[in-house]
Amino acid sequence: MIHIKAEGLRGAANVLSHNGRNSLTAMFANDETPLGKGYAVYCLFEDKGEKDIKIVRAQLEPGNELEFPSLTPLFPAAAWYEREIYDLFGIKPLEHPDLRPLVLHEGFPKEFYPMRKTIPCDSHVAGKRDYPLAKAQGEGLFEVPVGPIHAGIIEPGHFCFSQAGEAVLQLDAKLFYTHRGIEKAVEGKSIGGALFMVERICGACSVANAVSFCQAVEKLSYAKVPRRAELTRVVIAEMERLYNHVGDTGNLCAGAGFTVPNAMGARLKEELLRCNEKIAGNRFLRGMIVPGGIHRTLKDEDAKIILAQLTRTENDYRLLTQVLNGQDGFLNRIQKTGIVRKKTAIDLAMVGIGARASGVGRDARKDLAYGIYSELAFDICTETAGDVEARLLVRIKEVAETIKIIRQALSLLAHEPETSICSEKLECRSYEGAWGISESARGSDLHWVMLDEQQNIYRLFVRSASYPNWPALPIAMQGEIIPDFPLVNKSFELCYACLDR
Amino acid sequence: MLKLIESILAGRIQTEEIDTVGSAAYRGELATRPSQCIECGKCLSACPVGAISLSRRKLPCIDYKKCVFCGKCAEACAEGTLSHTNLDAMPVITSQNNTEIGRLINAAHTRSLHVRHLDAGSCNACDFEMAALTNPVYDLHRYGISFVASPRHADMIMVTGVVTRNLAEAVLMTYEAMPEPKLVMAVGACAAGGATYGETYALIGALDKILPVDILVPGCPPRPSAMLIALLAASDLYKQRCRLSPFHGEAD
Repeated sequence: MIHIKAEGLRGAANVLSHNGRNSLTAMFANDETPLGKGYAVYCLFEDKGEKDIKIVRAQLEPGNELEFPSLTPLFPAAAWYEREIYDLFGIKPLEHPDLRPLVLHEGFPKEFYPMRKTIPCDSHVAGKRDYPLAKAQGEGLFEVPVGPIHAGIIEPGHFCFSQAGEAVLQLDAKLFYTHRGIEKAVEGKSIGGALFMVERICGACSVANAVSFCQAVEKLSYAKVPRRAELTRVVIAEMERLYNHVGDTGNLCAGAGFTVPNAMGARLKEELLRCNEKIAGNRFLRGMIVPGGIHRTLKDEDAKIILAQLTRTENDYRLLTQVLNGQDGFLNRIQKTGIVRKKTAIDLAMVGIGARASGVGRDARKDLAYGIYSELAFDICTETAGDVEARLLVRIKEVAETIKIIRQALSLLAHEPETSICSEKLECRSYEGAWGISESARGSDLHWVMLDEQQNIYRLFVRSASYPNWPALPIAMQGEIIPDFPLVNKSFELCYACLDR
Repeated sequence: MLKLIESILAGRIQTEEIDTVGSAAYRGELATRPSQCIECGKCLSACPVGAISLSRRKLPCIDYKKCVFCGKCAEACAEGTLSHTNLDAMPVITSQNNTEIGRLINAAHTRSLHVRHLDAGSCNACDFEMAALTNPVYDLHRYGISFVASPRHADMIMVTGVVTRNLAEAVLMTYEAMPEPKLVMAVGACAAGGATYGETYALIGALDKILPVDILVPGCPPRPSAMLIALLAASDLYKQRCRLSPFHGEAD
C-alpha cells in the first residue's frame, strides 16, 4: 500500500494505473478520526500482471479542508465512487465534473454525512434536498419518466429518458432506492454478525458476497482455508453462477416478449434452486460460507445430486439455446442492440459479462486467481460485438464452462484426503485493511474490511459487480428505442440491491 | 420454428400441486421439544435478529415475523430442544379473524386476485421467488391469480424488503393509487419483521410502520409454496373484504 497526502492522489493514481493498463477497481473513504488519523481516501487498482490489487491511501490531514483532487478527469470510472464519497462522508472531490447526489435521495437533510463516525447508525433524520436528474432539453424533445415501481417483478430504479422522437437521446438512471445503510449497520458487529448481513446484501449474489467478505477477513488473520473448504466454495459459487446464468438467459427472452424460452429458462432455474436447497438447506445457498472455511461439507450423496442435475441442465439448456438460434425475429431484436464499445468498457472499468461481451477479457477467477481456481481448467469466454447478442452468447458459453468447473471440483473433492472444513478460531489484526474478491455471476465482487481491537467491524466497503457496470447501461441505450430498454437492461441483468447496499 | 414447436411438444406438463414440505436439508419452521429445554438461553443470543423470546414457562418462542431461518439457534441449542423441520412456516392473517388455512385454500378458487409487486428495499431474493410463481412449475394463473402492471389494477400489493427512506414515498403513493378495497401482504422477514439489518439511518423499518398489513409470509426468502398458500388465503380474505366494503355494496 502506498501512503500519500491527498494533494498527490492524481500522481500516485497515474503511477498505479500503469498508464491506464491497470483498471480502477474501487475507490472509497474511511473515517479514521477516532484513530487520530483523520479521513482517508483509498484507491484500488487491479494489477493483472502480479495478480494483485494495488492500493493507494490518500491522507486528508486533520484540520484541513475535507477535499481531494478528483480522479474522474483521468479515469471516468471514478465518477460514481467520488459522488458516493461526497454523499456519505462530505469529502469533496475537487474538479469533479458532476457532483450531483447519488446515494441519498430527496428525503435526507442537506449536509448529512452518515458514514462519519460521529453520526450514530440509527439516526432518524428527515429533511429535504434536491436530486436533479440529467435531462436533454430543446425544441421537440420530450421526457419519459419510468419507475421506481415497475410493471414487472423487478427491483426499484427510476429511469428518465430524454427522447428525440423514437430515439433515446439521453438516459439518466436514479438508483440506490434500496439503500439500507448496510455498510454502516455492520460497524461494531462481530465478524459472524456482519457475515449474516453481508449474505443478505443481495439474494442472487449471496455466495459471492459471502466469499469476498470471508476472504478479506481470512487475509487479516493469515488463516489457511482447508483445501476441502476451498473446493466446496468453488462448487457453491459456481452453482450460484449456474442458476443465475440459466435464469437470466430465459429472462432476456422475456425482454423481447419471447415466452417459450422464457418459461424454459424459468423451469430450469427452478430445478437448480431445488438442487441448492437439497445441498445447502436454502434455495439461495445461504449459510454455507463462513470465515475460515465452510459450514458443512458436501457428502457423496450431495455430489451425486449435483452431478445428476448438471446432466439434466446441460441437455435442457442446449435445447433452449437451439430454440433461440432458430428464431430470426428474435435474433433481429438482439443483434446490434445496446452496443457498448470496447473503449467504453475499458474507460468505465467494467467487469463480468458486460466487459467480456465487449472484448475485455476480465475475470477475477483468472486475473487474481483466488482460492484454487488456478488448479482448474476453464476458459474465459469473450465476444467482441458488445451488443445484447454478445452478452447472451457469453452467458451461454459460460454455462458450459461453469458445468465443467463444478465437475472438476467435485471429482477433486471426492479424492480429497483432508477432512477439516474450517480453520480454527480466527485471530485477526486490528486497524489494518484487507480486500477480498470473487467473481459473481455479474462480475468481480470486491469487499474491503478493517477490524477494531475487539475483532468487530470498523469499516466494510462493498463494491459489487453491478457497481461499475450500471453507468454503461445509459450509454448502451443512446440512440435505441424505449421498447428495447427491457431487453438491453436484462442483457446486463444487474442487481439493484447489490449496488444500493 | 420446427425446433420451437418440438420443444413445446416434447416438454411434459411440469406443473405441480403445492408442496409445503421441502427437501431433507431445508431449514423451515422450527420445532421445539419443551421437555429437553434446560433454559440456557443460548438460542436468544445466537439469533441475529432477536426473533426468540422466552415464554413465561421459560421456553423459547419464535417470532416468525423476524426469523430469517439461518439455523444459528438450532446450532447453539446444546440440548436439541430447537431444530429446523423441513416444512414451510405458514402465512399469518393479521387483519381478520384467524381462520383455518386449509379451509381458506378450498374456498379460494372462487375469486380471482390481481396483485402488484412492490419492492420496498429488498435484497431481491423474495423478488426472485415471487417471479418463480409464474414459472411452469408453480403456474400461478391456474388459481385465477395474476400479477398486474399497475397498482391501479391491483386488489393487493405484495411488498418485499424492509422499507427504506429512499422508497417510503413510492410505497405510500403505490398504496394510495390502488382502488378500494385493498389488501397488503408483507413477504419475507424484512417486510414482516424489519429486523434483518437492525436500525439504520436509511431505514424506516417493517412495513406495518407505514401501511396496514393484512397478511404476513415468514421466510428469508419464503419459498414459492408458502407464497402460494398466502395468495390463496388472500383471495379468500379479499372476498370477505369486498362484502364489507361500502364501494361494492351487494356485489360478489
